[in-house]
Amino acid sequence: MKKNVIEVKNLEKYFEVNSGFLNRNKSIVKAVDNISFDIPLGESLGLVGQSGCGKTTTARSLCLLDQKTNGEVKFYNTETQEMDDIDNFDDANLKKFRRNIQMIFQDPYESLNPRWTIKDIILEPLNIHNIGTLNDREEAVKEILTTVGLTPPENYMPRYPHELSGGQRQRVSIARTLVMKPKFVVCDEPTSMLDVSIRISIMDLMLNLAKDLEVSYLYITHDLAVARYMCNRIAVMFNGKIVEIAETEELLKNPIHPYTKRLISSIPVPDPQYQRQEYELNYDELDEIIKNNPDDDMVDIGGNHYIATHDVKDSLY
Amino acid sequence: MSKTVLKVENLNMHYETIAGNVSAVRDVSFELKEGESFGLVGESGCGKTSVAMSLLQLQADNAKISSGSIKLNDEELVTKTEKELRKIRWKGISIVFQGAMNAWNPVVKIGEQIREAIREHYPNNSKEENSEKIKKLFDIVGLEHSIMNRFPHELSGGMKQRAVIALALSCDPKVLIADEPTTALDVVIQDQILKEISKVQELLGLSLIYISHDIAVIAEMTSNMAVMYAGSIVEMGKTSEIFSNPRHAYTKLLLESTPSIVGEKKKLRSLDGEPPSLIGDIKGCTFSPRCPEPSDSCKNQSLEMGLIEAAPDHFVDQCCVECV
Ligand SMILES: Nc1ncnc2c1ncn2[C@@H]1O[C@H](COP(=O)(O)OP(=O)(O)OP(=O)(O)O)[C@@H](O)[C@H]1O
Ligand SMILES: Nc1ncnc2c1ncn2[C@@H]1O[C@H](COP(=O)(O)OP(=O)(O)O)[C@@H](O)[C@H]1O
Ligand code: SF4
Ligand SMILES: [Mg+2]
Ligand SMILES: [Mg+2]
Repeated sequence: MKKNVIEVKNLEKYFEVNSGFLNRNKSIVKAVDNISFDIPLGESLGLVGQSGCGKTTTARSLCLLDQKTNGEVKFYNTETQEMDDIDNFDDANLKKFRRNIQMIFQDPYESLNPRWTIKDIILEPLNIHNIGTLNDREEAVKEILTTVGLTPPENYMPRYPHELSGGQRQRVSIARTLVMKPKFVVCDEPTSMLDVSIRISIMDLMLNLAKDLEVSYLYITHDLAVARYMCNRIAVMFNGKIVEIAETEELLKNPIHPYTKRLISSIPVPDPQYQRQEYELNYDELDEIIKNNPDDDMVDIGGNHYIATHDVKDSLY
Repeated sequence: MSKTVLKVENLNMHYETIAGNVSAVRDVSFELKEGESFGLVGESGCGKTSVAMSLLQLQADNAKISSGSIKLNDEELVTKTEKELRKIRWKGISIVFQGAMNAWNPVVKIGEQIREAIREHYPNNSKEENSEKIKKLFDIVGLEHSIMNRFPHELSGGMKQRAVIALALSCDPKVLIADEPTTALDVVIQDQILKEISKVQELLGLSLIYISHDIAVIAEMTSNMAVMYAGSIVEMGKTSEIFSNPRHAYTKLLLESTPSIVGEKKKLRSLDGEPPSLIGDIKGCTFSPRCPEPSDSCKNQSLEMGLIEAAPDHFVDQCCVECV
């Protein structure tokens, strides 16, 4: 059986928010509402969905930037080749975990310290985790800058983030992430701020690194066309829940869930001759699946193509 | 043949900066016909917004139009005084600014802000007339009337952008410029706004200039288009023709670097390097340093530049006609 790099079961993250007159009422936002998925080693999963559906919250809970409310998250341990439950981590484990799991953010500018040079920015994680000698670390910085296409590295190391273009800054944040040689990287819209032309070179870079260094990505985006380019499988998220998961091409060719269909129908196509299909809300297929599987949250309709069976009629229109 | 509404000829505009003049618009010419939708596409910084601002004569203080002509229904705009321009702005040509949805005054209700704009152009309208007008505009862009009494922070991004479109339409323009109106929005909302703009355009018979860096959106929204690079139009024609038969090396790269969810999954091409500085003398093909297949003659900096008609209604920079 193929090993997974991450296994997520019934993950939930709730926020308490104040509302009403003088903020006197407290209510609960279920930003992540009972989601489950696995990612096989070396593969990448796209997490797509509309703004506010819970993608970033999912990512932050997985990376332990936010404390999850409920659920189980397990990561592959490269040394023991077992799955580690993040709830069982002690301090030493946690440090190792942070080394193996990294996150790349949407805005390459905000995530880089403006007062540090590129060299210091990439050195920082190596220093924190005390990896190698000072010399080793400097070599690692040079090597990773070359890998991400910032050559010669000596030209970039003494510069500050504001002295780089948006594309170059995003390369720096990828370099900082990958210098730790992680097995799993969460990418939150890493190219959405970049021009189309630069976007492809960053995406190609990430795909090549995935192949060469065997990195898996959880790739967050609201653009299915980008997810298609980057990922083996795609999970569609809606209102805090995953509503459909399938192999990328299968999902695009044979979407079942009405929300997936709607998302697909709203992606502009770079071909003036192409007539987009008008989206029509239709629950028949989903109702049939729900009727036949009254006890399951997620149903495999064949070929690892999963559909969520919760009722969406109140929220989808 | 429909009437030409807007005719731009050899427009040159630069920004004066300490480092020197930034030539943001270089020899730009195009025509907009009645009811047409014209796309302007190119990467960030190529001069799209600068063209839009020049058309409205709303450019920044350090901007200067050094030569060229902009005619709205045969009326020259470049030589007009600020007072004369005021009558044309919003009424003749209107714009949805890039990032406009974040430019609402936070402490004034949406309806009041639109009313103010209408008052400037229709000072004799009664309060009731204006309210009726806003209600009609809200119907057109798909907003509930009650939104008039809300403050900007109470609206979602999509709602704010719809209200911006209502504002842009409030003085019955003939030409609407939409400068990246959906860039900050996510795909589902973007799709709704695009449909709304198309619907409004048809309903009101507007001529539309649609600006975007996203070639997929241009494919959806426009019948004619121009590709801009480093301040100049490098290719122009029918949208369908440019997509099926691109001639300029930059256009080809743009088309081959856009991911799609339909058709076979293709390897995409990337465009490395940076656009050229627009400061100082600019000679020869500005794309040559990044061009994947420059010919020997391409590097000749004395090459003649400028659009020529390579096929009927299909214009391309003449330097690129021969070598590709
Ligand atoms: N710290 C917080 N406190 C309260 N609510 C929050 C918090 N963070 C997120 N939320 C809410 O949780 C939901 C999911 O937000 P999240 O940021 O995960 O969305 P997203 O899918 O990443 O959206 P986008 O595409 O806009 O980045 C939203 O309703 C959001 O308002
Ligand atoms: N007020 C200004 N002063 C100086 N340079 C400017 C100013 N506004 C824009 N520019 C420069 O003009 C060029 C074109 O910018 P812009 O028209 O905003 O491009 P786009 O809309 O295509 O992204 C860029 O090089 C930009 O940096
Ligand atoms: S003129 Fe030559 S260098 Fe310039 S874009 Fe065309 S082929 Fe490339
Ligand atoms: Mg997010
Ligand atoms: Mg712009």
